[in-house]
Amino acid sequence: MQVPAPIAYERATSLSNAIELLSRHGPESRIIAGGHSLLPMMKLRLARPEVVIDINDLAELDYIRANSDHLQIGAMVRHASLMNSDIANRYFPIFREAETVIADPIVRNRGTVGGSLCQADPAEDLAAVFAALKASVVITGNNGSRTVPISSFHIGPYMTVVEPDELLTEVIVPLRTHVGSAYEKVERRAGDWGIASVGAMIVLNSGQISEAGIGLAAVRADHFRAVEAESFLLGKQPTADVIAQAALIASENCQPVADQRGPEDYKRHLVKELTTRALNRAIDKAREEGT
Amino acid sequence: MQVSMTINGEQVSREIEARLLLVHFIRETAGLTGTHWGCDTSNCGTCVVLMDGVPVKSCTVLAAMANGRNITTVEGLETNGELDSVQRGFIEMHGLQCGFCTPGMMLTARWLLDNNPHPTDAEIREAISGQICRCTGYENIVRAIRWAAEHESGTGHNITEGIGA
Ligand SMILES: Cc1cc2nc3c(=O)[nH]c(=O)nc-3n(C[C@H](O)[C@H](O)[C@H](O)COP(=O)(O)OP(=O)(O)OC[C@H]3O[C@@H](n4cnc5c(N)ncnc54)[C@H](O)[C@@H]3O)c2cc1C
Ligand code: FES
Ligand code: FES
Repeated sequence: MQVPAPIAYERATSLSNAIELLSRHGPESRIIAGGHSLLPMMKLRLARPEVVIDINDLAELDYIRANSDHLQIGAMVRHASLMNSDIANRYFPIFREAETVIADPIVRNRGTVGGSLCQADPAEDLAAVFAALKASVVITGNNGSRTVPISSFHIGPYMTVVEPDELLTEVIVPLRTHVGSAYEKVERRAGDWGIASVGAMIVLNSGQISEAGIGLAAVRADHFRAVEAESFLLGKQPTADVIAQAALIASENCQPVADQRGPEDYKRHLVKELTTRALNRAIDKAREEGT
Repeated sequence: MQVSMTINGEQVSREIEARLLLVHFIRETAGLTGTHWGCDTSNCGTCVVLMDGVPVKSCTVLAAMANGRNITTVEGLETNGELDSVQRGFIEMHGLQCGFCTPGMMLTARWLLDNNPHPTDAEIREAISGQICRCTGYENIVRAIRWAAEHESGTGHNITEGIGA
């Protein structure tokens, strides 16, 4: 039987109360959101917080809204809400495509956007999604809020720039026109973590690629991103040859490790194939929007 | 710490250790052993209960996190001795063999039909995709849920022709 080690439990009543509780209990306290990564780690003693601070009552962090420039997603938005959000998916269908292959429907009822990003598992699908979308993350603590680009949010496996007395409160995605986005993932069985996953976002301007985002999960890409392939695409016409070259570049610029999910060369092969598919579909959708 | 939650309409208040998992609170503290407990790793889904109407894997929720919430377990599916149409579907269509996965399957089915009264087979399969049955091959579980959808009498808790008991 797996049970967590003894803990104290606090339930935060508001964002400011959560920050106050984190400051009061110090570095041995941890936020618990959906708990679907933290509790399994606590059962295995991979995490041993002395105090867990439950933020599930913070309705103020559960919203998806758009203004004229940005989509804003609160940290407590569940996977299931993001998957079913008309507003988020109208701008970026990549959300629904990724969410349908993240875990299973019951886990998606609990796991949150903030928890996924803060967990920083190298296979975390939403990390690749937000990398492709070049999102920013709002982090809030005693000294107010700061906004960091997703490309400097993760500083290693299971590590982020969030300080012990801070919370991730919001993810911001800039809105674009003539944009298409898509997600591709190969897993061993339904509901499993990916062997490799690729998210793509393409903006077309007069038939040329004016912005490209490629996010990679499970293959140890720096900051979940294929920067070299993104740069290669800029200013080019999206021909089959250009896409094939970008996919090859993406597959060469990540560091997948052999594990029970497969050998390294197989994972690189998947990155190439999935990047091709995701780019093709993102480009098709960008064209549908008209240029 | 003191927790208090509603389980199947009854208030249950107990002094517990903060690390207690909801599945153990339901089974050992409240004594409702209809909820099963299997993998411990949020993979098998036999521990699924409804929390404020939404299915959750109770091995991956602290009992403290359920403080003040409304829990429905498999014992809460029947109303006044009348089985829910989901339960009747599992009987009619032979939706179980050993019965280990059944409580979680039935609660997820109840939630599905409450939100989507006429699901396709693909939607039924997707809904139960986070739950493992080692006996039936799933075919009869899908048939059982389809049967329930076809025999739902509006509210889902308003069954006219009782079966069993
Ligand atoms: C069976 C199973 C299968 C899964 N499959 C996949 C999959 O295929 N793909 C995938 O991407 N994920 C998968 N996941 C993980 C899941 O999607 C989420 O990543 C996970 O639930 C984390 O979200 P949470 O809200 O539960 O976080 P929690 O477990 O509550 O927290 C995770 C970490 O983040 C911290 N944290 C949480 N919220 C905040 C915040 N707002 N500010 C600061 N710190 C915070 C916590 O302190 C903790 O360290 C799976 C999980 C399970 C159980
Ligand atoms: S015991 Fe909870 S999912 Fe298996
Ligand atoms: S009936 Fe035996 S596990 Fe499903």
